[in-house]
Amino acid sequence: MAEYKVKFEVFEGPLDLLLYLIKKEEVDIYEVNLTTLATQFIEYIDMMREFDLEVAGEFLVMASTLMYIKSRELLPVDQQVEVEGDEEGEDPRWELIRQLVQYKKFKDAAAQLQSLEARQENVFPRLPGKIEFEDAAQAAKPTVSIFDLLNAVNVVLQRFQKKEGASREIFEDKWTVSEKIEFVMKTITEKGSVRFSSLFENAANRSEVICTFLALLELIRLKQLACAQGEDFGEIEIRKAQLVAPVEMAPEPVPTNAVPETAIAESTETTSEGGTSA
Amino acid sequence: MELKFILESILFSAQKPISVKELRDILANAAELEDSDATVKSLAKTKEADISFALEQLATDHETAARSYRLACVAGAWQFVTQPEYAQWLKALVGQKNRPTRLSMPALETLAIIAYRQPITRAEVEQIRGVSVDGVMQTLTERGLVEGVGRAEVIGRPQTYGTTPAFLEYFGLGGLDDLPAADELRRIIIEKPPAPVTADVGLATNPPDQLALETPKEESQKAE
Repeated sequence: MAEYKVKFEVFEGPLDLLLYLIKKEEVDIYEVNLTTLATQFIEYIDMMREFDLEVAGEFLVMASTLMYIKSRELLPVDQQVEVEGDEEGEDPRWELIRQLVQYKKFKDAAAQLQSLEARQENVFPRLPGKIEFEDAAQAAKPTVSIFDLLNAVNVVLQRFQKKEGASREIFEDKWTVSEKIEFVMKTITEKGSVRFSSLFENAANRSEVICTFLALLELIRLKQLACAQGEDFGEIEIRKAQLVAPVEMAPEPVPTNAVPETAIAESTETTSEGGTSA
Repeated sequence: MELKFILESILFSAQKPISVKELRDILANAAELEDSDATVKSLAKTKEADISFALEQLATDHETAARSYRLACVAGAWQFVTQPEYAQWLKALVGQKNRPTRLSMPALETLAIIAYRQPITRAEVEQIRGVSVDGVMQTLTERGLVEGVGRAEVIGRPQTYGTTPAFLEYFGLGGLDDLPAADELRRIIIEKPPAPVTADVGLATNPPDQLALETPKEESQKAE
């Protein structure tokens, strides 16, 4: 049977209740009558029980603390039992008041944060669309299609076909695509931009070429790299793509229109290169 | 050409908030460009302190002119923002934005405690609030407003928590020093008032040295 926990929204915890009772008395926290407070607190707990509401453990702990304080007040000092471990001069009343004062300060701060929250909802930042400049420095770039890339890698592979004509050995794949991704990114970071062919300069055999090519394709797909081809069937130049990443703050800004860089064109478009086999 | 207007133009065209350090880098980079003139080159080595000063001046200028947009420093970065008074028209412009639900009072109280006292453990937070904070902590973490920042140097090495940069953005604060009443609340101690707490009749035992004389009187008054 599921227990229905109905919480008093107002009184999240015993400190909340105490502050409420103190406020009702309209006294300063430092001057409150703790005995009366203790009595009222217990009354409240009894009332909660009457309505069959769950009284959280923290309330009971506070109730016992208050009872302890009240009991100390009723007995003259010389008849009180020294609680073991009680420090010299430790005053539970002061402890409680200190806790209440501190809690109240944080409650006030929370209220201030709440108004800041509300204010911030009405504040809109300026986030203009990206300023697009015609990059005069770079030569006109028709978009490089997948066929251009396949063509280029085919040329590279030709190199190996001639060499490996006769051999039937099966080599273990020593290269992984992720390694090659790192290699490509490293090369580009060092050199700024590279020629397609130079990526395969040191390739030992077909597998390595293919691995590197796959890495290249992946990076292009992830928009980490951009390709440009100066002339038809000419050398392809590869460099890092400029990342467009508008930062969105808590108040929703005007959506920025990010125009992507020379990304690889869909193969359905334009250039009708003859398909090549990789 | 005044530095503050140069900075204004940069912030005007920026796509995200820019920090003082980034502005300094932009000024330096501008001087490196091919066709930079003498003025640009002269500002290449502008110090961060000068930039901050110029930004403050700029912000004051806008305030004095009562512009509808002002310069704001949030989470250490600067950008132009509109004044809240114009929100209704701006909402008409950009459409009602998806507002994340407002935080509840318990959440705000917990958040306040963490913000002022970070790094702080969960147990310490609970001690101040007087209740368990598990549910609230989860909400705050999910909203990206608090995060674990380390471990306390006590037995059990419990996790300590602090606020995130997103917290500053959420409330439009420049930094933790901009929290309301920061200097008062970030200190730990609450001073005991110099006067004894117990002078009142209603309160209990007076300090022991005064008790002997007044005990019988007090006991009779406490008879209710």
